[in-house]
Amino acid sequence: MKKVLKMQNLDCANCAQKMEDAVRKIQGVEDVSISFLLQKMTLVAEEAAMADVLEQAQKACEKIDPDCKVIF
Amino acid sequence: MNRKEKIILVRIVLSAVLLVLAVLNVFGLPEEWKIFLFLLPYGIIGWDVLYKAIRTIFHGQIFDEHFLMALATIGAFCIGEYPEAVSVMLFYQVGEMFQRYAVGRSRQSISRLMDICPDSANLLQGEELIRKDPEEISVGDIIVVKAGEKIPLDGILLEGHSFVNTAALTGESVPREVQPGDDVISGCINGSGRLKIQVTKEFENSTAAKILELVENASRRKARAENFITRFARYYTPGVVLGALLLGLLPPLFVGNWGEWIHRALIFLVISCPCALVISVPMSFFGGIGCASRRGILVKGGNYLERLADVKTIVFDKTGTLTKGVFHVTAIHPKLCTEQELLEYAALAESGSEHPISSSLLEAYGTPVQQGRITFLQELAGKGIEAEIDGKNVWVGSGTFMDEKGISWHPCHRVGTTIHVAINGEYAGHIVVSDALKPNVRESIESLRKNGVEKVVMLTGDTQAVGEAVAAEVGADEVFSQLLPGDKVEKVERLLEKQPSGTALAFVGDGINDAPVLSRADVGIAMGAIGSDAAIEAADLVLMDDDLSKITEAIYIAKRTRRIVTQNICFALAVKAIVLLAGVLGLANMWEAVFADVGVSVLAILNAMRVLRFKNENKGSNNKGRNGYAEN
Repeated sequence: MKKVLKMQNLDCANCAQKMEDAVRKIQGVEDVSISFLLQKMTLVAEEAAMADVLEQAQKACEKIDPDCKVIF
Repeated sequence: MNRKEKIILVRIVLSAVLLVLAVLNVFGLPEEWKIFLFLLPYGIIGWDVLYKAIRTIFHGQIFDEHFLMALATIGAFCIGEYPEAVSVMLFYQVGEMFQRYAVGRSRQSISRLMDICPDSANLLQGEELIRKDPEEISVGDIIVVKAGEKIPLDGILLEGHSFVNTAALTGESVPREVQPGDDVISGCINGSGRLKIQVTKEFENSTAAKILELVENASRRKARAENFITRFARYYTPGVVLGALLLGLLPPLFVGNWGEWIHRALIFLVISCPCALVISVPMSFFGGIGCASRRGILVKGGNYLERLADVKTIVFDKTGTLTKGVFHVTAIHPKLCTEQELLEYAALAESGSEHPISSSLLEAYGTPVQQGRITFLQELAGKGIEAEIDGKNVWVGSGTFMDEKGISWHPCHRVGTTIHVAINGEYAGHIVVSDALKPNVRESIESLRKNGVEKVVMLTGDTQAVGEAVAAEVGADEVFSQLLPGDKVEKVERLLEKQPSGTALAFVGDGINDAPVLSRADVGIAMGAIGSDAAIEAADLVLMDDDLSKITEAIYIAKRTRRIVTQNICFALAVKAIVLLAGVLGLANMWEAVFADVGVSVLAILNAMRVLRFKNENKGSNNKGRNGYAEN
């Protein structure tokens, strides 16, 4: 299952890369890519695990840049 | 300017003024109290950086940009470099402001390129128009598009007459005329008149949404240069921070002078963010993809754009790519009867066939077929047709077919597919049918050569004579004829083997039955794909219309993008390396380090935005300006 999430206040390209790396490490994530230019995260995960993965992804991103909000 | 930008501007001005006052020491404070004069502007300009630094350190992010900047400036305070500490923070914020502004602007211009989907559609319900989200419209609904509006969904025109502007999809500036019964595609702008359209595809399957998805997804397939930067960034920051640590601790153990060495180490911390590269490289590729999509060239990923710049060999499929794929009668050579009679017999005999050649004969014949005149008709697949027309025995077909029937025939000097006709066992003459070349093929191939293409190969299923004639006409170097679809893959594979490393091979086809070849080539280019899902699926590069000169444009954009990326990588790395080295030797100060950090970022972003400028440079010179690409 693929989900596209909007990322608010993502204003550092290096952070976007770090977030991508961090989210990739979350269990259940099959694929992830964060586009700094489009301010979007595309996340692929099992449908059953999705809710859990989203929550963890949000936390991981906040850890790297607390100003950035993942909206879903 | 928004509120956030205004606040930061006020902070910058305020702290700059306070810094100047502190440096001049207008209050005449004694030396040991001076630090407070500097702490005030430092606090004004840097509090958010400090706050973010503390916050991230609790999250265990020690290589965070804010943390390192905070560490560098606090370090400068500790060694008594007050003015430097404040001004470094000040310049950092100024640079960040510029950087944010530049990134924001670039993002806007890129997203404007992709502004092809309208936000609303006018749904017709009874006599009323209801504004709705295009996603809520279903197939079969009727929508109304007013003059100047974008068509939101694909459909069939029911009512109205207009010229639609397809520029956003194809880059073609000449509007296309549409009449009731025509298919209309989303993303086009309705030039005039009110159009009533019956929707045939849901929003997500409509052309505009598909193009948008494709371009957005393109940023996921990263170019080698992007991957390099990602890997580089991962090691760069820790490396520089480690360097700072060594520089600040080791030399003073032997030579003393702690203050000086710590100062040099702080310079390292200031330049430790790889931002210039991390932002500008993906931005260049994305800009290149966006720019190409505006010209009707869809690139499915940064990697393909990068590969395209290396293309040295281009393989063309003939039919539908170099030629129009539509056959026309080009010569009628009768032996026994008049031209009109010969054509009439051939057309009647072929009237039952679905083959494109048959339709070309019927088209040339021009009058409706009187079925009653045909009393017998049999098609012998791949050979010809036996028929009885007006009581006469008519054989129509290839040379081999004539041989089988024992008819003596003679070949034609005209290039094309020759159809022989025999009436009542006697040779009556032949008709030549050929496929017309697309109008600008020769020029397009020439301009490809000017853009670095060394070898042009043509593949065709047609006979050798036809293949060679077309190849000579368009200026191809090599031609392989009489190929079955499977043979084409094999030929491309053989060409790929011969390809020197570091160069790439592109295959151009119409996407109809060459999907395996498209995916086998380094870069598969499908032409005339507007509305054809299969072609969009199989190719790496999709040309929305079938204009061959778009390939040159694509290569030009690819090369330009790559050149800008290379410039940015070299420039950013060189400046950083020089400042790092000067820092070690004690020749650099922290201000220069701030320039090497945010200044370089801003310059690299501005440079990256040049990728988008293609459109303006070539405005109005669509026909004669093509050869000019090579000079850029």
